[in-house]
Amino acid sequence: MSKFNKKKKGELPAVNTASLPDIVFMLLFFFMVATVMRDNELKIKNELPAADQVEKLDKKDLVMYIYLGRPNDGFKDQFGEEARIQLNDKFAEVSDVPAFIYSERESKREELRPFLTTALKVDKEASMGIVGDVKQELRKVNALKINYTTRIGDVSLNKKN
Amino acid sequence: MAKRSSPEVNAGSMADIAFLLLIFFLVTTTIETDSGISRKLPPIEESEEDVIIKQKNIFTVLLNGKDQLLVEDEVMELEELRDAAIKFLDNGGGSGEDKCDYCKGAGDPKSSDNPDKAIISLKNERETTYATYISVQNELVAAYTSLRNKRAEELFGVSYTEMQKNYKDVNWPGSKLKLKENITQIKLEYPQKLSEVQ
Repeated sequence: MSKFNKKKKGELPAVNTASLPDIVFMLLFFFMVATVMRDNELKIKNELPAADQVEKLDKKDLVMYIYLGRPNDGFKDQFGEEARIQLNDKFAEVSDVPAFIYSERESKREELRPFLTTALKVDKEASMGIVGDVKQELRKVNALKINYTTRIGDVSLNKKN
Repeated sequence: MAKRSSPEVNAGSMADIAFLLLIFFLVTTTIETDSGISRKLPPIEESEEDVIIKQKNIFTVLLNGKDQLLVEDEVMELEELRDAAIKFLDNGGGSGEDKCDYCKGAGDPKSSDNPDKAIISLKNERETTYATYISVQNELVAAYTSLRNKRAEELFGVSYTEMQKNYKDVNWPGSKLKLKENITQIKLEYPQKLSEVQ
């Protein structure tokens, strides 16, 4: 008997893993709360440029998103290599922008419509040509408040390497 | 009757289930970036008469298709742009009613009269890459911010960025009304006049 006990004393006790579920649950809840489910799937490359003089967009429901960028691999055959516009879930032409703005306005309450902002999420490799075209269309429909969405960081990150 | 004890549920797989959920959320999470440079586009109606702006009050920034920068007809690197813009905006070369009594600049009569008259005009070509365009926009906004910061520091002892942060902060103890007034004053002294020409 005494021999038995002696042997056991030398061993390391196993780590108690009973609190593991608690830790994992904590992490789980964090991610569940912090997650924003993306409402539209991106069909284009959308790597935003960096800037440090940024303002935050507070009212997320009053923002219209316009995505611009090069089509992803699966869509290259159909839509080519040049930067394209994506509205909601579909590829669009410049001429579709006014209709999109009107439908977005229509879906908001009337008193909120003047506060609508257009967020331009443009890939950093896109050329300004298409951005200029979109801006021109926005001016035509009087959607003048825009926001160039960027990452927060120093502008030196934008340089080509 | 014999007392039947219900068997205890085995909770050993709880961790596995939680891990599965955790991994699902980890994969699907996209932390959305919702900050950026806000701009206001000019309305499209052409005004009847053209407003005449003196050439010396315009600071032209040209970005060509090869992402090279031409500022006031001189080639410039991006790093120098901020200082050049500050120098132009804060010049205060005006006299009489255009006089600027808070400007710290050189007072060169060939440069801008006062920050209210000074306009930065940003032109780009179709081939300019967006990243460069944003960098330039960022530098120009930074020039305005640094001037506003300096002025706010001088008048109220806090920087402009700090004032704006306080204004948004719900727990800030001071008077919001007064703060709003101060912010407006700074904005009036250094208005952001940045035109994006097509």
